[in-house]
Amino acid sequence: MNPPLILRTSAPLLLWLPIFVSLYVLVRGHNDPGGGFIGGLLAAGGILFFSIARGPDAARRVLRLSPVSWCAIGVLVALASGLPALLAPGQAYLTHLWWFPNVGVTLPLSTALVFDVGVYFTVIGTVSALFLALVELDKSGESA
Amino acid sequence: MSTVFIVMVGTLTAASIYMFLARDLPRVLIGFVLLGTATNLAIFAAGRVGSMMPPLVEPGARILSAEAANPLPQALILTAIVIGFGLTAFALMLVVKAYGAFATISIEEVDEAEPRPVEPQPEPLAPAFRQKQEAA
Amino acid sequence: MPGLTTLALIGPLMIGVAGAILLALLPIRRPAMAASVAALIGLALYLPMLPVISAGGSLFAAFWGSTSLGIVGGLRLDGLSLIFALLISGIGALIFIYAHGYLSDDPRQKRLVVFLLVFMTAMLGAVTADDVILLFVFWELTSLASFFLVGYKHESLKARKAALQALLVTGSGGLALLAGLILVSIAAGTTSLSGILSAREAVLAHAAATPAMLLIILGCFTKSAQVPFHFWLPNAMAAPTPVSAYLHSATMVKLGIYLLARLNPLYQNEVLWQGILTFFGVATAVTGAVLAFRETDLKRVLAYTTVTALGTLTMLIGIAPALSITAAMTFLVVHAFYKAALFMVAGIIDHETGTRDAASLGGLRRSMPLTTLAACLAAFSMAGLPPFVGFVAKELIYEAKLELGQTAAFLILGSFLVNAATVAIAGVLSWRLFFGEARGFTQAPHDPPKAMLAGPILLAIFGLVAGGLPTAFGNALIDPAVTVVLGRPAEVTLKLWHGFNLVLALSAATMALGVLFYLAWGRIVPRLRGLEAMDRYGPSAGYERLLAQVMAGAETVTTTIQHGSLRGYIRTLFLVITTACIGTLIIRGGFAWPRLDVLVDPRLGIALLIVVGAIAVMVARTSIQAVLAMGLVGFATALIFLSFGAPDVAFTQFAVETLLVVILATALMRLPLRRRDLRTGREKSVDLAVALGGGLAVALMLAAVLASPFDPRLSLWFGAESVPSAHGRNVVNVILVDFRALDTLGEITVLAVAAFAVVALLRRTPETPEKASQSPNLAKAEGSR
Repeated sequence: MNPPLILRTSAPLLLWLPIFVSLYVLVRGHNDPGGGFIGGLLAAGGILFFSIARGPDAARRVLRLSPVSWCAIGVLVALASGLPALLAPGQAYLTHLWWFPNVGVTLPLSTALVFDVGVYFTVIGTVSALFLALVELDKSGESA
Repeated sequence: MSTVFIVMVGTLTAASIYMFLARDLPRVLIGFVLLGTATNLAIFAAGRVGSMMPPLVEPGARILSAEAANPLPQALILTAIVIGFGLTAFALMLVVKAYGAFATISIEEVDEAEPRPVEPQPEPLAPAFRQKQEAA
Repeated sequence: MPGLTTLALIGPLMIGVAGAILLALLPIRRPAMAASVAALIGLALYLPMLPVISAGGSLFAAFWGSTSLGIVGGLRLDGLSLIFALLISGIGALIFIYAHGYLSDDPRQKRLVVFLLVFMTAMLGAVTADDVILLFVFWELTSLASFFLVGYKHESLKARKAALQALLVTGSGGLALLAGLILVSIAAGTTSLSGILSAREAVLAHAAATPAMLLIILGCFTKSAQVPFHFWLPNAMAAPTPVSAYLHSATMVKLGIYLLARLNPLYQNEVLWQGILTFFGVATAVTGAVLAFRETDLKRVLAYTTVTALGTLTMLIGIAPALSITAAMTFLVVHAFYKAALFMVAGIIDHETGTRDAASLGGLRRSMPLTTLAACLAAFSMAGLPPFVGFVAKELIYEAKLELGQTAAFLILGSFLVNAATVAIAGVLSWRLFFGEARGFTQAPHDPPKAMLAGPILLAIFGLVAGGLPTAFGNALIDPAVTVVLGRPAEVTLKLWHGFNLVLALSAATMALGVLFYLAWGRIVPRLRGLEAMDRYGPSAGYERLLAQVMAGAETVTTTIQHGSLRGYIRTLFLVITTACIGTLIIRGGFAWPRLDVLVDPRLGIALLIVVGAIAVMVARTSIQAVLAMGLVGFATALIFLSFGAPDVAFTQFAVETLLVVILATALMRLPLRRRDLRTGREKSVDLAVALGGGLAVALMLAAVLASPFDPRLSLWFGAESVPSAHGRNVVNVILVDFRALDTLGEITVLAVAAFAVVALLRRTPETPEKASQSPNLAKAEGSR
């Protein structure tokens, strides 16, 4: 597979633009359309395009960890986001807590956002795991 | 608009069943995706449709406007879409692997998992023993 | 003394369970001896209760009740239970000692011992249970233990078949028993056994009283090998001798007798009960006696005489008057003594000479004097010679029948022949084997080790002592049991000497005929064996045929349902769903159509796009065209979501659709995509019909849903709580990450599992060395997982 020159050159743009957009979508998700699922899908799309342009090995380098590790991290983060609720008396697991610290502007910080980040990572991990698996199967297809 | 949704869901379901019954695995996979779409649309319609206003609380307001669309089916469908995608990709992986292993995409020829009924063995073993022997 | 009572009732069971677990887990050098100690402790716990029981009392301890299931639970020890408990633990202790010698060089001895101990515990539980459900559980446990014990030599096809046969026959009888017990419990309003017995009127008045009784009788008959279920017992002789001596003579086969006796107060005045028990009892006794004359294998001969004894017991319970119950209880104990002893002797002979063929053996007396002593004592008791307890029992049996008067002439004739046959078999087992000229073995056998002799000799001596002291024996053990079985006290004194009367004359005549049978034994056996029709048409052959038919039927059903065609499965699935949907709508009158509202709307164009796309998918010539049409449907659906106020869903659908197209394009490059639909035209029209039916069913269902009033409470709550409770204005996202976060957590777990599954699927490919070296990053990534 030898992708065209334009695709190869614009690969970083195809990677980072979706990832930045996805982060924006993730953060604003609580008040406007967006959230972990959409954000994760967008970011995964970026990784897919990068992998098409530069090959799966390059995509794996960008991910640093293996895709299934991202899945595991995502699920663990989401699991952990529910734990602080247990410290407060009488609260059920996954009851989200909120803080509004004022550093010039009021920042809405919450464990709900942490949960959404877990969803985000899981979606990225799953999609890239599936896609990379297919691509690499394709690459080593002759031996399969 | 309910009638429109009924027609859409009915057509999509019929198309998906027709594809499910095909003889080759890629078509079955397409049937799988269509069935997911039909189901999502049915859930969406069951939450009642008509409003074009997204379920977002207006800045400053405390509760969701009565004109807004129903948020509950949307939440259900959103995750269903992503999970449906995951399962489709997984099934696709199986199809590709099966093609690699059996060199066919025909359902009838991929029968490794369910071998044809074997001839009864001459020694009348107890069923449990028979299974054990076959597994061995 | 409630503490001691509780201990006596539950102690033996606890010791049995604990012993079985410890034996199974710990490397104990002499497992059989350890198990014998466990049995002896059980015996020692039961024995102190003897005075209380003899005085007519009964002990109760509540255990294992489950009020929510309506199970009362509890254990009870009364006269009847005590006889069985003493026999089970006492003979059990001797059997374990015997097994220690018999299996001294068997590496699997421990397994046998553990199962025997489990069996003993289950038996003790069954005879002391005061709750029918509890009783049933223990009852089935004995069947299960018997399955493993009969199938102990699992390398042998015969043993496996015999084990399965015993399990199937007693197990199906067990199901009938369960049904009967439940019916009776419903009628009585309690599962407590004593409660059922005291609610006699209600049980008998219930509409299902007769079916319940018949089901219980069926269960008891299979367990106690009554005609026509007698065939499993001789086949079960494939078990090692200690098992046969214990299960198939003294204990398990008597469990059916136990339950019949236990329920006798309930049914004793029912004509049907009396008739069935008497008829099948006599039939079983005669069948066993005749079949015993077809065998020369010692163990099979003994098995058929056991069948005879079980038939006699059933018959005695069926005859109503008090005397017969006394006879039954006496005979029960007597038979347990001599039959266990004789089985052990048969095992010794097999062990020492290597054969169990009664026809070829003889003259063992000189080399095996102690075995001879045990065998002769037991055989005399079996033959009913004075002063053995067998004589007492036989006299009682005759007396019980004479009491019936003229009506029971055929019973007396039957018993007469059966007893004469028993005398003859006893002669074969003692005189023929041990006296006369030595034959049937090459090198002189000798008496076995002490462990193997202890059991038969002790049991034979018990028979002698009990016969010598019949009154004490009767007062202490038999009378309390008879009281329980009759439901009222019975004053019958056991006597050795009744004086010269009709009963004694019958006994003498029995002896004479028995001796005649004995002398003719060598000629009768080959004759009866020659009757092949008995093998061809007997219930045993019927069982084989039934089993073969069940297997063939199962195979037919399996090949019909599991035909292996995915298309067939899917078609069935959708047809069932279609039928279920439309059927429900018809039955419940659910056809409805929602109100037609807006007819002119730009969004109708998108809907049209979806319909066209769906049709395009169906008619696409190649699969790549179908994929494209599918993509069209997906994007149009996203537009629908967007235009109906669901931007989150729409964006997700867009993203997924894009990724799906990319992934499909990548993957499908490897597949032959230009292939046409392989279905024939005919298949296509059938499939289309199925598809249209399914689509119609779903559409009608959705129409019915949309026509019904909408309950918006949940949606309103989410809309109202989103900002105040969760500080989020995007209600969809708030539902996902906050209100229903646990659901979402489950869903992302599913996603992660799908990813893991795909990676695992990839790993199953045998990796070639070049691949590993070509992609070091991949190897690194794999290693980091």
